[in-house]
Amino acid sequence: MAATLPADPFDTKEAMEKSALGGGPPARARRTPWADAVFSAVAHGAAWLTLALLAGIIISLTISAWPAISKYGLGFLVNAEWDPVEEKFGGLVMIYGTLATSFIALLIAVPVSFGIALFLTELSPNWLRRPLGTAIELLAAVPSIVYGMWGLLVFGPLLATYVQAPAQALFSDVPVLGALVSGAPVGIGILSAGIILAIMVIPFIASVMRDVFETTPALLKESAYGLGSTTWEVVWKVVLPYTKSGVVGAIMLGLGRALGETMAVTFVIGNFNQLDNLSLFAPANSITSAIANEFAEAAPGLHQASLMYLGLILFFITFCVLGLSKILLSQLQRGEGSRT
Amino acid sequence: MSTVLSASDAARMGMHRKRKRMNVIALTLSLGAMAFGLFWLAWILFETIRLGVGGIALSVFTEMTPPPQAETGGLANAIFGSLVMVGMATALGTPIGIMCGIYLAEYGKNRWLGRVTGFISDILLSAPSIVIGLFIYAIFVAKVRSFSAIAGALALSLIVIPVVIRTTENMLSLIPNALREAAYALGTPKWKVISSITLKAARAGVLTGMLLAVARIAGETAPLLFTALSNQFWTMDLTEPMASLPVTIYKFALSPYENWRDLAWAGVFLITLGVLALNILARVLFRKKD
Repeated sequence: MAATLPADPFDTKEAMEKSALGGGPPARARRTPWADAVFSAVAHGAAWLTLALLAGIIISLTISAWPAISKYGLGFLVNAEWDPVEEKFGGLVMIYGTLATSFIALLIAVPVSFGIALFLTELSPNWLRRPLGTAIELLAAVPSIVYGMWGLLVFGPLLATYVQAPAQALFSDVPVLGALVSGAPVGIGILSAGIILAIMVIPFIASVMRDVFETTPALLKESAYGLGSTTWEVVWKVVLPYTKSGVVGAIMLGLGRALGETMAVTFVIGNFNQLDNLSLFAPANSITSAIANEFAEAAPGLHQASLMYLGLILFFITFCVLGLSKILLSQLQRGEGSRT
Repeated sequence: MSTVLSASDAARMGMHRKRKRMNVIALTLSLGAMAFGLFWLAWILFETIRLGVGGIALSVFTEMTPPPQAETGGLANAIFGSLVMVGMATALGTPIGIMCGIYLAEYGKNRWLGRVTGFISDILLSAPSIVIGLFIYAIFVAKVRSFSAIAGALALSLIVIPVVIRTTENMLSLIPNALREAAYALGTPKWKVISSITLKAARAGVLTGMLLAVARIAGETAPLLFTALSNQFWTMDLTEPMASLPVTIYKFALSPYENWRDLAWAGVFLITLGVLALNILARVLFRKKD
């Protein structure tokens, strides 16, 4: 009987009970003292592997980027010249593009995400909460290549016709704004990339914000309502201060996503490696799209090393941003634990 | 005296009205934000269906990617390549992710290795996928001197791991300790408790994680660009460059050729449909168990 012990633990227990009822000692599974050790070792190994993955990424990128790092040093960060033919490389254009598009994305995404989180936690009727939340989360599931193609072929032309052209007509003579809107209104460039990034990060920020808003103790909110606060006052003066660090963490998570997003940006940013004006309508470049466009064709040597260097910079920035986000979010969880 | 009172009353009423107005404005804006978010989802889905559904024909699944301006052609090799690489990446990444998730939930709860690994895996979850592509290029493609389907699958598997770790750990943490204690009390060894009791109870959640991971990598383009590259022809050789749906869409969408763009829209339609279906399936599956 022992040889055909079923794998299911519940059946095993039943079998044990039966044999116990029969009077004899329970049938024991064959002892496998090594199984515990092996299983534990495999689990530990998997954890170490994850750590090794991070170390591997940093080390291998540094080694591959070394020719560029040793040649340019940190001056790479502020040099705007990128000329594969002359073998002169500087990352300023791409770094500027990455930061500018992410900044525009946050400018749009943060207030919208806050509104969505507010709606989902305070306003929405209960039966609508789950479907609406799911719909917003599905926005995050749409692959970035879909955003890219849609942005280039559908959204870009509409943006050019209905936003960029009128904006140019309106602001071309105003000193600062005029410079921001100069250039051909073709629907690709920093502004389009920023808007599409905003759409892509809204679901991430909104769903984390919703989750942190929900950690506010009902007691606090009810007290505020009891004193006659309006819904807005409860959110602005009770929920938001209570969840401050979590909200910043959510924004940081969105920023990390925006900085590292590749395909959607590659489609619409225009891949133009010069920084000769500050126009939001002009084609530009970002770290991710430079790598995506040039790496497969780059000659091994300085060009590839420079792209690796860009990748390392990107990884470093996103690592810091995401790490900060994680720390802020876990602080909120810890605070919640001690308070309730 | 009475005039003073009514004046302060009036002020109070004014304040009250102001607060009410502020509230209405804020809540309207919140409703607007919700509509704004849903609007993009609806618009993207609408355009994907409008432009993609026309291109869906049997030939998409049976014919190879065509040269520019050809009369016929499909995405058969790209679909096949995607299936192969996603399958390999899932087969490779899921066990590692599950084991690491088990470590985090069952062994490393209050140990430094557990804390650090959880932290790192959460960062890798959101790390730029193009950097994963660079990493595999540096450690694999550059060493064997050839773009290959294996390299593509490796890159994708590194994206699977953190997704599976996160869901596995979360699901295992939801299992009540009483279940573990009951099993230990019967003398069950730890590996048996985990593999046949807690993991089994968390089955639906772990499967959800797997589906989400598949949905995530099915649409990933960036890590494949310089690992699997692309291939215009049918190949089953894993050491050769292999086409994938996302990379083919990328190549075709940026081209000026009408037939390539139509195929790209058909591909986008397929991929969006597949990814959304997987996501919804994962949610339904998990909710049932809830």
